[in-house]
Amino acid sequence: MYYRSLFPRDLFAEIDRLQREVQQSFDPNPSIRGLARGFPALNIGGTSKAVDIYAFAPGVDPATLDVQLVKGMLTIAGERKIDPVPEKATRHIEERFAGRFRRVVSLPDDVDANAIEAKYRDGVLHVRILRKEEAQPRRINIQ
Amino acid sequence: MSENNAVAKNAETPRNDAALQPPTDVIEDANGITLYADMPGVPKDKLNLHVEADTLTIEGELSLDLPEGMESSHAEIGLPRYRRVFTLSRELDTSKVSAEFNQGVLKLRIPKAEHAQPRRIEIQVG
Repeated sequence: MYYRSLFPRDLFAEIDRLQREVQQSFDPNPSIRGLARGFPALNIGGTSKAVDIYAFAPGVDPATLDVQLVKGMLTIAGERKIDPVPEKATRHIEERFAGRFRRVVSLPDDVDANAIEAKYRDGVLHVRILRKEEAQPRRINIQ
Repeated sequence: MSENNAVAKNAETPRNDAALQPPTDVIEDANGITLYADMPGVPKDKLNLHVEADTLTIEGELSLDLPEGMESSHAEIGLPRYRRVFTLSRELDTSKVSAEFNQGVLKLRIPKAEHAQPRRIEIQVG
């Protein structure tokens, strides 16, 4: 299913984005899953200690969220239910996502599959996976 | 503030002000309008709603708990702010707007003014 960009930007940001996308369109090797878009929107970052994934899934019952880590692939799945339109009411604007969703992220090799925690706050699911002990930077003493 | 500063600030405003538009649903029934907007990552105290004349502005600042020194490798939410402006119509009673904000979802209810509520008009057959 195609959904239009769920968080369109204002004009100035849109011009910036357009400029970047024009640059990216010259990239000859796009991702196998196509454009990175959908619900929930994802932000990914990392430190030397952990990988942090933020899934923007507002108004989802945390109990229905399913987070799995299998063979280095992190899957975030669930369902978002939206109040139905009451009888004799009209929907003028309809942009919010409704229904089942699933997003998959491949993680770097140095994460520890047993050190994963997930929190849901203000409509954002924050998954944090620690890197393996041996992958963390160490200071080496010089004798 | 010196004049120089004021000028520099003005020049930067458009960039710093850039915002994401929250996806929105608007539903109208006989008694008013219900608006839902998705603003994930905004805590209650960073949500700002205001009505000025016939303009409704919805704004929110993201506040994520980012670890120190984090390097972003992929960002679909690439700006720290949401903003969206709607023009209201005259029959809406802006003094009676009520709002709820739960887990990143804003629900606004704007009732119609009494005189604008629907009346059934009897049709005389004669």
